[in-house]
Amino acid sequence: MRVALMVTCVNDAMFPETGKAVVRLLRRLGVDVEFPAAQTCCAQPMVNTGYLDEAVPVVRTFVDAFAGYDAVVTPSGSCAGSARHQHGLVARRAGDPGLAAAVAETSPKVYELSEFLVDVLGVVDVGAYFPHRVTYHPTCHSLRMLGVGDRPRRLLENVRGLRLVDLPEAEQCCGFGGTFAVKNADTSVAMGADKARHVRETGAEVLVAGDNSCLMHVGGVLSRQQAGVRVVHLAEILAATEADAGGPSGHPQVGLAGEGAA
Amino acid sequence: MSGTFVGMPAFPTAARAALADTQLRHNLAHATGTIRAKRAAVVGEVEEWEELRLAGAAVKEAALRDLETHLVRLEESLTARGATVHWARDAAEANEIVARVARDHGVDEVVKVKSMATQEIGLNEALAEHGIAAWETDLAELIVQLGDDLPSHILVPAIHRNRAEVREIFLRAMGSVGRPAPADLTDEPAVLAAAAREHLREKFLRAKVAVSGANFAVAETGTLVVVESEGNGRMCLTLPEVLVSVVGIEKVVPTFADLDPLLRLLPRSSTGERMNPYTSTWTGVTPGDGPQEVHVVLLDNGRTRALADDVGRQALRCIRCSACLNACPVYERTGGHAYGSVYPGPIGAILNPLMKGTGDPQTDSLPYASSLCGACFEVCPVRIDIPEVLVHLRSKVVDGHRGDTVPKAEAVAMKAAAYAFSDSRRLGWVEKASGLAGRALTRLGRTTLPGGRSAAGRIPGPGAAAWTGARDLPAPPRESFRAWWRRTDGGRS
Repeated sequence: MRVALMVTCVNDAMFPETGKAVVRLLRRLGVDVEFPAAQTCCAQPMVNTGYLDEAVPVVRTFVDAFAGYDAVVTPSGSCAGSARHQHGLVARRAGDPGLAAAVAETSPKVYELSEFLVDVLGVVDVGAYFPHRVTYHPTCHSLRMLGVGDRPRRLLENVRGLRLVDLPEAEQCCGFGGTFAVKNADTSVAMGADKARHVRETGAEVLVAGDNSCLMHVGGVLSRQQAGVRVVHLAEILAATEADAGGPSGHPQVGLAGEGAA
Repeated sequence: MSGTFVGMPAFPTAARAALADTQLRHNLAHATGTIRAKRAAVVGEVEEWEELRLAGAAVKEAALRDLETHLVRLEESLTARGATVHWARDAAEANEIVARVARDHGVDEVVKVKSMATQEIGLNEALAEHGIAAWETDLAELIVQLGDDLPSHILVPAIHRNRAEVREIFLRAMGSVGRPAPADLTDEPAVLAAAAREHLREKFLRAKVAVSGANFAVAETGTLVVVESEGNGRMCLTLPEVLVSVVGIEKVVPTFADLDPLLRLLPRSSTGERMNPYTSTWTGVTPGDGPQEVHVVLLDNGRTRALADDVGRQALRCIRCSACLNACPVYERTGGHAYGSVYPGPIGAILNPLMKGTGDPQTDSLPYASSLCGACFEVCPVRIDIPEVLVHLRSKVVDGHRGDTVPKAEAVAMKAAAYAFSDSRRLGWVEKASGLAGRALTRLGRTTLPGGRSAAGRIPGPGAAAWTGARDLPAPPRESFRAWWRRTDGGRS
């Protein structure tokens, strides 16, 4: 099986540790994941802001980059949702049957990380170790667009040392919403403030989710509040093992803000 | 009495004011949370809920697909049963028809059943210009009317008010338009309802003309249906001599049997009840029973424009249950007034642009008043894919500006992003620049995020200022994933 990592533009440019974690995790599980260097972005920022013409060349780049792979794995529910549910719309806009055919070929092969682990590899215990009190926020697109259900929770429940506590109002949106976060910044922050409050109520040290964009938003609020809660992508927790949990400086290597070596 | 939404600012501006109203935030969080829980409980009881949703969507879809045929059939059925059918292209025509009926009977007041269509056309204000008072008889509409306020919710238009505020409004305003509230009025819900009942009763008994909308209109029989909770609708539909119903053309369903899924979906989705307390049906004029003169105004007012939009037309399936408002995290925080329309929330964010057309800054701001979280679609009883329509309408807004001589900063940014994202080498250059910026920001960073990376504090400039006003932003890493992969051969070297 040829497996490609779709790292996403946000992770590529802002959170490379998440991409490195997916690589470590999949190699540990026996998957020799490749990184097609031609990849850029899923085009969701353009599509969701209404710029469909601008999305067309980006989707073309996407299907060219991932052509020929059996599976495309991405550490983002939102970007997986974009590839599976919006690329067809962009191809129709382009009026290009060739692009539509390429999209129809690629889209169904795109998996969000927890889907790939549970459904394709058939594992829920990935051999991870993360001795911290953690709460999980199900991001909207993974929950409602993809329907990942309890897959991330099942994966987290099998992480040794991890204490998973329920997040109140977990299924309510954090308020990120892509360009919504700046176009409607006041409403976005009001939603983020409530999410951050619920996170603090859990007493968790770490907030985990499957999308770094949402975590950047809630984490930005928590950081501004000096709340003492850090945000970590699901992939980084699943990649962590007893060998690297402490890290040389005593700080965990897997923080959203972490710059430690892979 | 109550105002209008004319001149409301675009959503982000209106939302900022609403978000600062702590009483409003508290009232809304409490009310929407309560209704959400009630809905979830009663929907959870129905094992075949998804099948029911599909059936409801199919009924409305079938009606819309052949709307002209069903409307003509409805007119024939109504006429055969003694009703007078009027057709109104827009609000002005509809208002004129209702005013004419009232004038023909020489009345200076009408009683009203809660109706979104008459809110939409501004009927009360239009009748007031003719010297005719329109009394709202639904409890929440009465609160809005007495408070000289605007509705903020489709089902519970006074959702932004708590009981202490309602008491104050009743004490202040009831006396000027009829029976005053008792001086010892408390804010107990039962006491407030009793005061409203006393106040409204004299209006019910006096009125010669009533105005209603309709939840459904059955083409094959000419039957109109009103679903309500308080019995005020039943009073208005049975006591007066004359009844005028303003009905949006999308309310038609082909057959009486089509009501089955809709009447089961609506109460559970709207009030969180298994069945609504009052379901009134009437078919033209019944000699010796109820109003002896029945008018039905079939209203377009932008519905055919929505119908012509092949993605957006699904919005006409809407049965005005409000489940999407109650589920919406944006609505929960801003309330309804910020949407500048009698149709607020997710459904309003698509219905307004679909019915009015895009091009006006306030209307164009509505499709963006959503984080696209999808909670609305999840609860919609007729499966309107609101996020899909929102994205579609955003593209219509953007396309409307493609000919601008001076493009918006956002359009320039999107074009630049499309350029960078069309070729991975270009993206690599951008990331290199971002890495350099990251080094600078790391030096200047306000705070240190856990793990040691610096976070930027407040950064000036459009976009950046909006983000960093209340949120830290991690400084970009020195090395992108792409650059790391190339340098280390994917971590192998």
